[in-house]
Amino acid sequence: MTLTEKILAKASGNSKLDAGDNAWVNVDILMTHDVCGPPTIGIFKKHFGEHAKVWDKEKVVIIPDHYIFTKDKYANRNIDILREFAREQDLPHYYDVGTDRYKGVCHVAMPEEGFTRPGNVLFGTDSHTCTAGAFGQFATGIGNTDAGFILGTGKLWVKVPETMKFIFDGEIPPYIMAKDLILQIIGDIGVDGATYRAMEFAGDGVMDMDMEGRMTLTNMVIEAGGKNGIIEPDEVTFDYVRSRTDYNFEALFNDEKAQYHSVRRYKSSELLPMVAKPHSPDNKATVREVEGTPLTRAYIGSCTGGKISDFIAAAKIIKGHELKLDTYIVPATTLIREQLKTETYEGETLWDIFESRGCQMGEASCAACLGGPSDTFGRLNHEEICISTTNRNFPGRMGSKKAQVYLASPYTVAASAITGKITDPREYLSVEAGVAV
Amino acid sequence: MSKIKGKVFVLGDNIDTDQIISAHHLVYSLDKPEERIFYGRFCLSGVPDEQSGLPGGNIPFTDPDKFESEFSIVVAGKNFGCGSSREHAPFSMQIAGAKAVVSPTYARIFYRNAVDGGFLIPYESLEDLTEKFSTHDEVEIDGVKDTITNLTTGKSYPLKPLGDVADIVNAGGIFEFAKKAGMV
Ligand code: SF4
Repeated sequence: MTLTEKILAKASGNSKLDAGDNAWVNVDILMTHDVCGPPTIGIFKKHFGEHAKVWDKEKVVIIPDHYIFTKDKYANRNIDILREFAREQDLPHYYDVGTDRYKGVCHVAMPEEGFTRPGNVLFGTDSHTCTAGAFGQFATGIGNTDAGFILGTGKLWVKVPETMKFIFDGEIPPYIMAKDLILQIIGDIGVDGATYRAMEFAGDGVMDMDMEGRMTLTNMVIEAGGKNGIIEPDEVTFDYVRSRTDYNFEALFNDEKAQYHSVRRYKSSELLPMVAKPHSPDNKATVREVEGTPLTRAYIGSCTGGKISDFIAAAKIIKGHELKLDTYIVPATTLIREQLKTETYEGETLWDIFESRGCQMGEASCAACLGGPSDTFGRLNHEEICISTTNRNFPGRMGSKKAQVYLASPYTVAASAITGKITDPREYLSVEAGVAV
Repeated sequence: MSKIKGKVFVLGDNIDTDQIISAHHLVYSLDKPEERIFYGRFCLSGVPDEQSGLPGGNIPFTDPDKFESEFSIVVAGKNFGCGSSREHAPFSMQIAGAKAVVSPTYARIFYRNAVDGGFLIPYESLEDLTEKFSTHDEVEIDGVKDTITNLTTGKSYPLKPLGDVADIVNAGGIFEFAKKAGMV
């Protein structure tokens, strides 16, 4: 069996499952946030009763993150509903807005708080729940009805997916980031190239990455239609998880004879900085092919591009340069926002590097990654042409339908912020990376 | 689910959930009747105008002064419902009055939500049917024979049987299914 099949077999009490089988699995963690939490709670109460209790309060995690810093009354009402539910159910894992427990973007807060664990089954009411597959677990997004069902029963049916394996052989070049790998893959297979399937990432190019890089890969499997992304756990995974939780997990691995839907191999040394052009994540081009395209904004943030390693990468490029673009810095979580003030590059904190260059510094949340209410930080309200480290560039995703979004790595976004047009990061990394330009 | 009859609305490939119901509309309550009607009003309003109602485009799914759509069946290109996991997407289609959608392939979360929530039936077609239908054509889906017929042109096309999910669709959603099966 593949790793995904094994996790689902264990969670459903089967000794064996094949791709295509349907199984009812026991859920280790259910995660929800401020947009889908309130309707999920509504469905739970409608079907299980006004005073029903959730199946296991240790297994429910509620992380408001989407519409936080807004005056929109409906958005704020959503937070009130979560708060009230957490209180009446006495939920230990609720991270309330306006308190020092507030975290920010759920998919990054989950690992920080030790809720992502090898071998586990995680469902979340958000399509990027697949991010947690980086920890060698089964993790996927579901809707509110399914989530309401889990709240009451702790179970859900799943169709066991086939696995597509993507192997990166050899060391990743220093100007390439995980975002370039996943944009390459999505461009190669298309936005529906992995529909209903698991996408597994492997090879030394992947296993040499830290957890944040791996999370960037698994985060975007949904952009290829994937059900879950997964990476076999190793010491890097175990160290990360054990330093954040005492939870006893059982790691699982692929069998040698596992059957895959397909296996694709990439030579890491041949990878190039990539973008996804408007208006689809599979509309791929190398940065060289679109170099010089004029831009009006740069955005570094979200669950896929607002982690501390993303900001370190951007700061490396930006340090010592003036910026031509309005540049928005949106840390995914409050912890990362603090780290911006303590992490340094060449003796200067990341915060100072960005702020002194006129960057707009945001609070931890989803912010303009999904547009949101019109007063959302960084939202594209007009005809902006934005280069962004986020994961989606559908029409209107970051605000106005008239805006255009290019997706790229933090290196490429930072290099483009300096010149005001799409720019290959190798222009700015040549000395340090020892690469000829 | 025997027969569904009504006017068809035609869309292209990769209709994502932001196009079905844009994120800034998600603040309305789904429980309060006076607010949930807005999901009908804004359903599919995120589709670029020239692609809204093919082949000509520029047809709103729901008229700007109405809360319900005149279209009960959507025929779309591949990968319908990609993007976010928001259940508001199939829900908004139901609120607008849609009964079924027909596409060669779905993004899985949309498919699951449509089925488990009992919102509307996602039928898979064997081929891309977007050129066989024009927005406003009269259409009939036969859930027993698994066909879709364009009553305007008189031509029928096969649909894939619902398979594993038929029991949930017929029960009307995952809760109704689980109740019947004695699980809850
Ligand atoms: S940062 Fe963007 S992609 Fe990530 S959870 Fe928030 S809205 Fe979704």
